[in-house]
Amino acid sequence: MDIHEYQAKEVLSNFGVAVPSGALAYSPEQAAYRARELGGDKWIVKAQVHAGGRGKAGGVKLCNSENEIHEACDEMFGRKLVTHQTGPEGKGIYRVYVESAVPIDREIYLGFVLDRSSQRVMIVASSEGGMEIEDISAERPDSIVRSIVEPAVGLQEFQAREIAFNLGLEPRLVQQMVRTLQGCYSAFSELDATMVEINPLVVTGDDRVLALDAKMSFDDNALFRHPQISELRDKSQEDPRESRAADRGLSYVGLDGNIGCIVNGAGLAMATMDTIKLAGGEPANFLDIGGGASPERVAKAFRLVLSDNNVQAVLVNIFAGINRCDWVAEGVVQALRELQLDLPVVVRLAGTNVEEGQKILAQSGLPIIRATTLMEAAERAVGAWKSDLTQNTKMRAV
Amino acid sequence: MSILLDRDTRVIVQGITGRMARFHTKDMIDYGTNVVGGVVPGKGGETVEGVPVFDTVKQAVEATGAEASLVFVPPPFAADSIMEAADAGIRYCVCITDGIPAQDMIRVKRYMYRYPKDKRMVLTGPNCAGTISPGKALLGIMPGHIYLPGNVGIIGRSGTLGYEAAAQLKERGIGVSTSVGIGGDPINGSSFRDILERFEWDADTEVIAMIGEIGGPQEAEAAEYIRDHVSKPVVAYVAGLTAPKGRTMGHAGAIISAFGESASEKVEILSAAGVTVAENPAVIGETIARVMRKAA
Repeated sequence: MDIHEYQAKEVLSNFGVAVPSGALAYSPEQAAYRARELGGDKWIVKAQVHAGGRGKAGGVKLCNSENEIHEACDEMFGRKLVTHQTGPEGKGIYRVYVESAVPIDREIYLGFVLDRSSQRVMIVASSEGGMEIEDISAERPDSIVRSIVEPAVGLQEFQAREIAFNLGLEPRLVQQMVRTLQGCYSAFSELDATMVEINPLVVTGDDRVLALDAKMSFDDNALFRHPQISELRDKSQEDPRESRAADRGLSYVGLDGNIGCIVNGAGLAMATMDTIKLAGGEPANFLDIGGGASPERVAKAFRLVLSDNNVQAVLVNIFAGINRCDWVAEGVVQALRELQLDLPVVVRLAGTNVEEGQKILAQSGLPIIRATTLMEAAERAVGAWKSDLTQNTKMRAV
Repeated sequence: MSILLDRDTRVIVQGITGRMARFHTKDMIDYGTNVVGGVVPGKGGETVEGVPVFDTVKQAVEATGAEASLVFVPPPFAADSIMEAADAGIRYCVCITDGIPAQDMIRVKRYMYRYPKDKRMVLTGPNCAGTISPGKALLGIMPGHIYLPGNVGIIGRSGTLGYEAAAQLKERGIGVSTSVGIGGDPINGSSFRDILERFEWDADTEVIAMIGEIGGPQEAEAAEYIRDHVSKPVVAYVAGLTAPKGRTMGHAGAIISAFGESASEKVEILSAAGVTVAENPAVIGETIARVMRKAA
């Protein structure tokens, strides 16, 4: 789960990380009022969306007066911000964060991630802050400092000092840097984060070390023990289909193609998508219905897949271990009757109770296209979609 | 003797009184697995599927001589159960549970390093379908009937995709020595590399099949190991060629976040190490059959 910048800053400052003073606003008027409260004569107005690359996309504006704050906000509120991380549909701006501008001496990159090689938490830092980490590793790989944290004892001071000195910080700044690193690590480990990124962490003209931006992601599997983090969820930043699926115990990722997929198991779901592509089609989604799928859950999966208007054919691929083919077949029949579907549906069943499942499909009297192997299923789905397409075009031509 | 488990391996089930655990305990016993007990704190003295339930793993080990354990405990408590097994002297543990917090798994791995290597428990999973040595024993949730006994060693992240591969082999009359699920989580007990090493030394295994997917460095690490240390032919398939970058595809670990983590990059790295890559999931069985003919 991702949270907003202003939320991440609040979380981190509770762990001793210094941040510039700022305040949240839900309207241009409120933003101007917040700026007055903060004082000073230079402010940064930042669109709060769950994506990086906001600056280049026009989501971060330096303002020198209340008027400019109004103008910046008018351009942001209600708009979709499209950055290189959001996809073409963008993310809606409903909140802005107003921050006092600070004089910047230098910018540092700081990231905490789960390193899958060492299976530990790794700190990644660079003296080239302000750039994306991908660009830093491409252009200035020598500037990157890495350090792995021993989970039994946590981040030690010497490690934090080493990072500070390797980044070339002056000795008078090292203690602030150590506090920042330890604060981030404590937040990461105590709150079950999967990522903390501060880019940039700045040294100000008056020798303060401040987190100018902050991003945090949390382990969905650990949210049960952090209700205060769960509360920070902002559904307006999520794909509505994906959040609806998650709320129903289904794992769904929307894609650009037009063959909808309903599969059990994540690996098989990916393999099914790959086979569709190989057969000349494009998958419309990833969907894992999980183990022990009841007829109701299969019907729900159908509704979910069909809520994507690009879907022009559906492929159901079930290899039943914990699942039972007869239940899945019942679910398919139930869903097709209920939804009065006029799209081609291809069903491939294998594993537990496959004969019973096939019988249910055959006896339903519905125009279900059956397949026995994965390849056959993909070819039939792509074939059915293409012939449906030509028929429709012909009808339109008439 | 197959790797990790055999006909005589004495098995306990942690969390045996749960609905799914009961169902699969029965399934394992029917398959011929030597299930000798279960563990659920506070339910010691009960009986499930004809085997005794104990309060602690230590008690179960003392009373039954259990060597292997299957963890069926809900995610918030699963890490604790794995560490309990490691401390009680269990030699091999399979964890089925999906949804264990990543930092719990970091703690589990750190805890297991307390023990010298020859006394350290082997863990596979979490978030896996388990391990099967066809015709001998089943420690997990896979349908036993889709596997024939034979000489192909399978290592896979995904449960159902592993079934798909086994079924394609069975269709061709090809059997499996052992199939090991290493699970779809970012932090797992054993890697491809760890199991490759066991298959390389296993007399029953002639060809090794790896079924990987997007995300993480373990396929690339395996490639390096294969190049330098594996003499047996290796076949691989990597799922997720059509998966977009930066999105989690069902498994917590199936996300492309760095170079070398996409399916096409993994395919390239494995091919360069001399691995025969099945280009799509429909030809996994066919590709293994071809490699076996060549090796014979």
